[in-house]
Amino acid sequence: MSAVTETEAAAFVPADARRAGRMLNAAIIILLCVWVLLPIYLVLVNALSDPQTVTGWPKHFVPTFDLGSLSFFISYAGVLKALGNSVVVAVLTMVLSLGFGAPAGYALARFDFPGKGVFRLLVLMTRAFPLPLLALPLAVMFIRTGLDDSLFGLALVHTTLALPFSVLITASLFSGIPFELEEAAWTLGCTRLQAVRKVVLPLALPGIAASGVFAFVTSWNEVFAAAVLTIRNRTLTAFLIQSLDVSPLPLKFAGAAVLVLPALIFLFAVRKYLFSLWGIANR
Amino acid sequence: MISKRALPYLLLLPATVFLIVFFVLPFLQVAWYAVTDDGGFTLQHFETMRQDWKFMPALTNTFLLVIIIVPIQIALSLGMASLVTKMKTGRELVLYIWTIPLGISDLAAGLIWLSILDQTGFMNSVLFHLGVVDQPVNHLLYNDYPALIAAVVLAEVWRSTAIVLVVLVAGMGLIPKEYGEAAEVFGASPWKRFIKVTLPLLRPSLQTALILRTILAFEVFAVAVALTGTNLPVLMSETFHWQFDLQDRHVASAYALVLLAVSIAFTLVYLRVLRVREEERA
Repeated sequence: MSAVTETEAAAFVPADARRAGRMLNAAIIILLCVWVLLPIYLVLVNALSDPQTVTGWPKHFVPTFDLGSLSFFISYAGVLKALGNSVVVAVLTMVLSLGFGAPAGYALARFDFPGKGVFRLLVLMTRAFPLPLLALPLAVMFIRTGLDDSLFGLALVHTTLALPFSVLITASLFSGIPFELEEAAWTLGCTRLQAVRKVVLPLALPGIAASGVFAFVTSWNEVFAAAVLTIRNRTLTAFLIQSLDVSPLPLKFAGAAVLVLPALIFLFAVRKYLFSLWGIANR
Repeated sequence: MISKRALPYLLLLPATVFLIVFFVLPFLQVAWYAVTDDGGFTLQHFETMRQDWKFMPALTNTFLLVIIIVPIQIALSLGMASLVTKMKTGRELVLYIWTIPLGISDLAAGLIWLSILDQTGFMNSVLFHLGVVDQPVNHLLYNDYPALIAAVVLAEVWRSTAIVLVVLVAGMGLIPKEYGEAAEVFGASPWKRFIKVTLPLLRPSLQTALILRTILAFEVFAVAVALTGTNLPVLMSETFHWQFDLQDRHVASAYALVLLAVSIAFTLVYLRVLRVREEERA
């Protein structure tokens, strides 16, 4: 076929063939949505059914709306404490990674200085390393410094996971805010710090909050380091993985549901930033 | 007043010190633990690791999983990203749904798929209603190797394709529409446009996605443990076993060094094969 007729063929595809193509695309998109959502729905069905139904068979695809499984989970020895520990570690991780990450992000966005490239490389290098393995040597370091089995020690490891993201995300946020605004604040008598606090931070706040949420979720979901570093002060993931072989099914599924829900709610809150921030930070 | 020249360094100081203390030094320490015993150099720990009967299975299982999972995820994400960039309405909603697994931990994903694949799980219930089985069959038998691998692949593809998708969708957004339109004017079919225009321009994002996802794929751990217990050992679960159950940090560190070596090797290969010039990143 010559190039000309091919062009014409592309331009004049019959209307019903084009509609069929669109329908097929739509069907695939819907199918992929079901693929993502169905497993979450099914584990929620289990979490909201009584323990007998959860261990029974065949399963029904609607929950019995019984809080038996969840109350069994919550009242199981150690679960409530583990849940609290997970929240504490995640909040500490969020504070640490923003506290260390945002100033660095600001420096990357606003200054040109020798050594900038080296710092960027250090941050990007973290990507090539299996970071949870850090827990092995740090376990020894923590015993020496009295941080072993402590929530703060675990938060330090989780911060290593979250910090590179915080640096890159805040750097891109700050470079999106015109420098002229800061300069204008200086001419009106603001110091550099005041200009950042009163002009830049309010503008960057939603994005900074979103990057804090990512740090929270990173820590909340982390399993390996949590399981290695905590013994009595276990987080929820450490508790679940260490008791997998002794816990009954209702406990496992209720645990999975409790693990999943906060992360879903938080990600929903920052969905607007998901692509702008992750896309940029990962480039 | 702090001088203008010192300010950026002061701002970088906390993050730099943190990364040196909690990232650079610990990795040097892992290497140290792996090759020393009471201060003296030894390869004994690698020998112990190699002679452990679970080492070879853990190594092959991990590689097999990476080799199956990562290509599926790249292909799936490319398809999903192409579909979603063509959408006119409902794009936001579809992207939100597809990226939900970003917030789900590997442990939760393992447990979620356990609720489906377990003996009394939902898959068997569907098979029962279809009349295929009349009693709960165990699909995750310890000696049914293909089934165990398939279960972990399913759960991992379900959970962690979203990170690849996010990177690729962001990358496709950076490709000017005019390029595709120009190719269309010259008569390129949609498939040709994808191969000749989209893919080459997407190389920086593809490289990032491959590095990120392959490193994480080598870290497969909780999904395998939740679905198969100890029946499908992987490098990470053996590292955990030596550190936590056997309390031998030297052999655990030897395992960690193996993981580290493959991670860095794969990163270097991607950097070399999919070379990206600085100006292509803009």
